[in-house]
Amino acid sequence: MDLGLSFLVFLPVAASLLAALLPARIGRAVAIAGAGVALGYVATLISEFDSSAAGLQWVTDEAWIPELGIRYQLGVDGLNLFLLALTALLWVPATIWAALRETERQKLFLFHMGLAETAVLGAFVAQDLALFVLFFDLMLVPFYFLIGGWGIGDRVAATIKFVIYTLVGSLLMLAAAVALGVLTASNSGNELTFSIAELAANPLPEGTQQWLFLLFAFAFLVKAPAFPFHGWVVDTYRATPIPVLICLSAVLSKVGVYAFLRVVLPVLPDASVHFQDLLLVFAVFSILYGSILAFSQSEPRLVLAYSSIAQLGFITLGIFAIDDLGAQGAVMQMVNHGLVVGALLIVIGVLTARAGGSATMEQMGGMALRAPVLATLFLIVALATLAMPGSPNFVGEILILFGGFEDKFAFAAVASIGVALAAVYGIRLFQRSMHNRVGPGVEGGDICRTDLALLAPLVAVIVALGVYPQLILERTDAATTAQVTAAEAIADGEPATAARPDDSPHFEISEIE
Amino acid sequence: MTDLLAAAKSPEIDYQALAPVLATAGGALVVLLASLFAGRFVQRALVPALTIGALAVAIVFCVVNWPGETEPVVAGALAMDTLTLLVTVLCCIGGIVAVVLALRDGAVETAGPGEYHTLLLASVAGMTVLASAENLVTLFVGLELLSIPLYVLCAASVRDRRSLESGLKYLVIGSVGSATLLYGLAFVYGATASTDLGSIAAAIGDTVAVGDPLLLAGLGLVVVGLAFKASVAPFHQWTPDVYQGAPTAVTAFMAVTTKVAALAVTIRLTAHAFGGLEAEWAPALAALATVTVIVGNVGALTQRSLKRILGWSGVAQAGYMLAGVVVGTELGLQATMFYLSAYLAMNVAAFAVVVARERVSEHGDDIESLRDLGRAAPLLAWPMTIAMLALAGFPATAGFIGKFYLIDAVVAGDYAWLGIVIVVGSMISLGYYLRVVAAMWMGRGEVTVGDPPRTVRAAEGWSPEADPRAQPEVVAVAVIAAAVTVALGIVPSPLFDVVRDLAAGFPGLG
Repeated sequence: MDLGLSFLVFLPVAASLLAALLPARIGRAVAIAGAGVALGYVATLISEFDSSAAGLQWVTDEAWIPELGIRYQLGVDGLNLFLLALTALLWVPATIWAALRETERQKLFLFHMGLAETAVLGAFVAQDLALFVLFFDLMLVPFYFLIGGWGIGDRVAATIKFVIYTLVGSLLMLAAAVALGVLTASNSGNELTFSIAELAANPLPEGTQQWLFLLFAFAFLVKAPAFPFHGWVVDTYRATPIPVLICLSAVLSKVGVYAFLRVVLPVLPDASVHFQDLLLVFAVFSILYGSILAFSQSEPRLVLAYSSIAQLGFITLGIFAIDDLGAQGAVMQMVNHGLVVGALLIVIGVLTARAGGSATMEQMGGMALRAPVLATLFLIVALATLAMPGSPNFVGEILILFGGFEDKFAFAAVASIGVALAAVYGIRLFQRSMHNRVGPGVEGGDICRTDLALLAPLVAVIVALGVYPQLILERTDAATTAQVTAAEAIADGEPATAARPDDSPHFEISEIE
Repeated sequence: MTDLLAAAKSPEIDYQALAPVLATAGGALVVLLASLFAGRFVQRALVPALTIGALAVAIVFCVVNWPGETEPVVAGALAMDTLTLLVTVLCCIGGIVAVVLALRDGAVETAGPGEYHTLLLASVAGMTVLASAENLVTLFVGLELLSIPLYVLCAASVRDRRSLESGLKYLVIGSVGSATLLYGLAFVYGATASTDLGSIAAAIGDTVAVGDPLLLAGLGLVVVGLAFKASVAPFHQWTPDVYQGAPTAVTAFMAVTTKVAALAVTIRLTAHAFGGLEAEWAPALAALATVTVIVGNVGALTQRSLKRILGWSGVAQAGYMLAGVVVGTELGLQATMFYLSAYLAMNVAAFAVVVARERVSEHGDDIESLRDLGRAAPLLAWPMTIAMLALAGFPATAGFIGKFYLIDAVVAGDYAWLGIVIVVGSMISLGYYLRVVAAMWMGRGEVTVGDPPRTVRAAEGWSPEADPRAQPEVVAVAVIAAAVTVALGIVPSPLFDVVRDLAAGFPGLG
């Protein structure tokens, strides 16, 4: 049994539990160390990852609840490798942010942060559908406490809205997951199992797939968030404290779209093709709606909230292009959006503090001259947000659009407008908060050293990925292709078993560099 | 003369198989006699200790006899099979909890410790008899033995008008339920000419037609009667009132144990005696389960009293568990009993916290009494939090595995839509479970924790804020129950091992 992934998954919660029992000063250090070691561990996974090998690596596969056919099955492939990295990377600044600032009941806060990291990592590595559902639902518990206990403004109402929205989705998914396992077992005559690979190997009849698909899709679209299931987003983004929002916006939003690739496309390929246009409509509406609303907001947090809806729309578009390029672009874009949002939120946190706690852009203006370092870093991130060539977001979005143009030209063409709109809200955000008139309450100088230490590495990673996107592309290629193969074959009208012919239009990575 | 003696000979009794019932029933007598001696030691310490002892002995007998007899004992009157033993263990645990939670309760003082504990033991004995009933007459005896002590226990706080109202309400409505059940039993006897469950099963489809109106009317009335006991909607109206009025220790006891016993006998009747009528009762029970889940969860949404919230939530939970009975499969039986066991742990944790808070808070059992408990008393706040999350079905608790198991069972039993009902019910339930959690952790008011009192007076002694150390046994119950809830959510195999044996007694199950 390979304990490696279990170590990674349960390290954060163990460290933060230990931290809760220790005196405050040592406890803080232990919690930070927990997040740091997890990041280091993921870094070794990336370097040791064998991008030529097909299938899962570092597999853990143990019977957990044999009576229910639930296995403790973990594994890493190109699909989740960089999402693990994103999680581990962003939890470090979030944890440090919370640990170094005056936080009420800090140990409890850090404990919930650790539990949240464990749940998110677990959801990303789980290869058993029941285990995935378990981690997916578990994520909600710490976030519920974090937003409700340490939130800003009308936090309890925001929390309840957030939890009810997302849990409605995940409970429907629970029913769908159980039904999927049971029906697959009775359909194929095998033992009851929730192993995603086994489920994918025994596809259900199309009619059954369709209602299961709708339940899964609802859960993941709420989580994403996608228009029109985004009702929880505004209140939650307003009420959530910055370190929690970093995790929520950058990482949590990826779990839903990740699950489309991990679970829905391989296990329900017929239904995915059947509902492809519906999902693309949601995706395109999310892009347009999110982008348009993002440039009419006065609070930077809400700009990010709506731009996330738009970005997640892009990712959904890439996935439901049902094309290997689109899927690869989607994974790339998940990572990019996480990095960019994480960095932007740190900037916003710093700016809010400089502007006397105000949450609107008008109160923040004129910071650029006072804080040149902050302004520079902010500019880099803002340019990445609007997918300037040279940023990793450019690579991600172009891959998604290529994937879309191949079969779904109309959708991709409309979505391209979103790229232009992103420039509008990205530049507006930067301009209003950094230039313009100096806000009345603005005080203080440049970013302090600790905050710089949180922000600079993220910016460095963004720049590095812009220069060398192959780091991700090489390692994700095999996995993303494998995830869409079944659905792609059905979409192309081929029997599900036939492999994709080599002469079909296929962009090589080198062509788009 | 010898012929006469032989005819008068009592039936052969397997005393070892019967030992769990004997322990609780005998314990009731011992406790009653012991309580005749006045004196603080006897009343305050010996009587509760003897009660716990009797219940513990019953549990030990259950464990020793596990997995029980496959054939009915006492001339075919009682089936001391795995289901009965599990029910007995759960009810005994519930009884022990009720004793511990009531140690400082004013209700015990006013009702008299001897009476309180004797009635408790008698009720547990009744639950075992009801769950094991292989004969319509035993079934009714068990039901009354369970119910009548509970009517009295609900009114144990004699000086509290709400407690009296609760007892009276339970008595009146419970009697209606019992009468309905008895009427139904008479119909069934009339149709099948037998009181023995095995003979009834054999008669259906043989000497009496499946569509026989007398038989179906009897079945319907029996189901309604049992629905009253298990607080299944629309026969649940008594539940919130009785739960709120009764002394909280009694509520904690009856909330779980009556459901355990009533659902067990429902399983025995549907799966065993009326197995041939599955096409008739399964849709009816499915409809009842659906109504119960919706009514219970919606009813809880607007409540402020914790005991009423738990009452309504109990109605909803009864609906979930009934769904497992509906499918009439081995898996359904196992899932129902699994959920009942998990439900015992999570409900006990919640009620223990309510007991601890209502003794010391000026808000009584109002949700306000939990305000900022996360800061003031984490040892109480965490068990309550875990209990609420478990009842709502969050993962890493037994509630999640239980719901998973139930959904698994109903989908496999071709009732996939019932799985959706369970899920929709869980969604509604978040509205009130999370409100309770929010009150503990997300209050905005500053709490001033003054000097906590070190003791809690037995009677209606309120103090503004209390130290959990003043009532360690209640805190211990809460913490242990919450720990069990989480442990079974992470390592559920022991409980799966327990419920695996259940189906042996029901060869007719699919």
